[in-house]
Amino acid sequence: MNRIIFKKQLSDEVFQMRIEAPLIARERRAGQFVIIQINSHFGERIPLTIADADPVEGSITIIFQAVGRTTHLLALKNAGDTVEHLVGPLGQPTHIEKFGRVICVGGGIGVAPLHPIAQAMKAAGNEVIIIMGARNKQLLILEDEMRQIADKLIICTDDGSYGRKALVTAPLKELCEADPKPALAVAIGPPVMMKFCAETTRPYGVHTMVSLNTIMVDGTGMCGGCRVTVGKETKFVCVDGPEFDGHLVDFDNMISRLKAYKPREDADHHRCHLEEVIEKKAE
Amino acid sequence: MNSEHKTPEQLAEAARKELAGLKKPLSPKQRMAIPAQEMPAQDPAVRRGNMQEVALGYSEEQAKLEAERCLQCPTKPCIKGCPVSIDIPAFIQKIAEGDYKASIGIIRESSLLPSVCGRVCPQESQCQEPCTVGKALKSIDKAVSIGRLERYVADWERESGLIQPSAVKPATGKKVGIIGSGPASITVAADVRREGHEVTVFEAFHRPGGVLLYGIPEFRLPKAIVDQEISSLKSMGVEIKTDFVIGRTRRLTDLLEKDGYDALFIGTGAGLPKFMNIEGENLVGVFSANEYLTRANLMKGYDTRAATPIFPSKKVAVLGGGNVAMDAARSAIRLGAEEVHLIYRRTEAEMPARIEEVAHAKEEGVIFHLLQNPVKIRSDERGWVSGMQVLRYELGEPDSSGRRRPVEIKGSEFEMDVDTVIVAIGNESNPLIRQTTPGLETSKWGTLIVDNTGKTSLDRVFAGGDIVLGAATVILAMGEGRRAAAAINKLLAEK
Repeated sequence: MNRIIFKKQLSDEVFQMRIEAPLIARERRAGQFVIIQINSHFGERIPLTIADADPVEGSITIIFQAVGRTTHLLALKNAGDTVEHLVGPLGQPTHIEKFGRVICVGGGIGVAPLHPIAQAMKAAGNEVIIIMGARNKQLLILEDEMRQIADKLIICTDDGSYGRKALVTAPLKELCEADPKPALAVAIGPPVMMKFCAETTRPYGVHTMVSLNTIMVDGTGMCGGCRVTVGKETKFVCVDGPEFDGHLVDFDNMISRLKAYKPREDADHHRCHLEEVIEKKAE
Repeated sequence: MNSEHKTPEQLAEAARKELAGLKKPLSPKQRMAIPAQEMPAQDPAVRRGNMQEVALGYSEEQAKLEAERCLQCPTKPCIKGCPVSIDIPAFIQKIAEGDYKASIGIIRESSLLPSVCGRVCPQESQCQEPCTVGKALKSIDKAVSIGRLERYVADWERESGLIQPSAVKPATGKKVGIIGSGPASITVAADVRREGHEVTVFEAFHRPGGVLLYGIPEFRLPKAIVDQEISSLKSMGVEIKTDFVIGRTRRLTDLLEKDGYDALFIGTGAGLPKFMNIEGENLVGVFSANEYLTRANLMKGYDTRAATPIFPSKKVAVLGGGNVAMDAARSAIRLGAEEVHLIYRRTEAEMPARIEEVAHAKEEGVIFHLLQNPVKIRSDERGWVSGMQVLRYELGEPDSSGRRRPVEIKGSEFEMDVDTVIVAIGNESNPLIRQTTPGLETSKWGTLIVDNTGKTSLDRVFAGGDIVLGAATVILAMGEGRRAAAAINKLLAEK
């Protein structure tokens, strides 16, 4: 049992929670994730990235979007409630060293897993330029936290409601052409965004790391549900990743694999929203 | 649908009559004339639609009659065939006498998990393979059904509420950590705890039991039996920590150096599914058997209340010929697939699966394709599986395993339309612990190297089961656990 210490709604469907998990808080490093299961009986296991951790309090912070059955149920929980199972930290930690100029690109909820990586990159002495993107101003998360880390922060929105009206790839391209050339780009966000970030940096030879969030069951290498094609090889996101060379990842294959249970998820999403509406009416 | 299917009542009645007609003492010739007792099973037409156990277990009449088939021969080849050397003729003799308590007592001297082993051991290649009765009758199918008899007395003990947790010696103040909670780990936990040492089991999943839980389906091994074994451990005072991944939540070396563990046992299993390295293997609709079975079993995908989704399949191809392949194929049938095809590169004689599982799969309608192997998996425009290209094989010379090597027939490719492919060709060893534990020596296959007591290259660290053997069986894992537990107990007694 893990107690929820704090909950905050960041935008329409995005929530932040601090959850008691002393062992995970002690061991976790940037880039790692947890698997959460709300209840033992019929609950599913889903991976969520660790946005932050406080080893003193013994807690980790997760940020999630209510898109599936489990994330909807999680969103209905409040401080004081518990989740039955939380396991981690899983995955290989990010390789952190002093590279020079590092561009961190976060799209939508991808800013959450990017946060600890940007933090660690900064702490290692890198010049950290952060590009954050979202569909609109309302969907931007962690702006203050990222501003504290960044040597320079660039905000883009699709509709121009805040920052530049552009896709994140536009400033990324400009930075690839600027002097000094970036030593590394880290892109985390929707698969399509990561794909186009990798395409943007490819002609400039800027090494681009992406962090993949695929479907998983156990998260320890046993099921292989998370596998992706990297170069010509099959890799498991849970034990080989979650970070890979973005220039080698077969994003199209990954995107289609993410849709394996789409019909069922759409039905769940619809039902969960109905349940929320009913619950609100009842209150 | 199946006119040959006999109900448990019919089988019991026939056994009762046969038993009543026996004139004791029986000569060996009379014993060999007793018909081999068939395992009562759910009707195939019915069980295709449910997850309940298929093999229903002998009735008392059948068990007694089958026990009379044992010749009590002086050579006792069955004992040599058993990886943990159970005194098989002695426990069978007690069944014939009707003394089930004494019978299970004899098994328990050597085996910790008789309810499990009676169900999942490959008896035909172990204890029943050299059976004198089977040899004399020139058929492995006519050997004494040792496994079914083992299951009978183990179930009798459990259903009579007679399972006693082992006595635990006074506390020694020593601490042993066990990594994983499958058959090897359960064995070590019990054997080490008995000596009075404190035992903690670390399990990565949310429920303990390992492969007995996530791998072997309910219809072959009811989970209530696994839960019973786990609760026996708990009542002995074994602590079980779920959601705990050694190598991630805590490193192995930290357990020894910081957390005060005096010895450790690694029983993490094989758990890294192999794929075939063919085109199309990462398409939507291709699964490892591990994933498919975990979704179906541990995550309860067969139940509509489960949040874990199961891929909606119509035509399924299962690749492989082992027990896991049979489990996956039979699970797919139960989960509503219209057609399930099992594709195996060799012939049925080379299949590693238990004979009973192969027979059950066929009865349930799994379509076998022997001497065939896919060369690529095709997809539709969305990246979903739409079929496979399959190549035919013929048997050539024997290979290093002694089995005749399948040789491809050039130009024999043909297309097979399927929407789901389940790969059941085995597992490699999980890299988590070896990656995070410096000094732990592994073979080129990634399995842990141990000496003849089960000790790894690290002091106070032992290992056993599939992480050492590669993919093996429950009974071998248990045997390895026994050996490691003895070494751990010896080490801690000397310390």
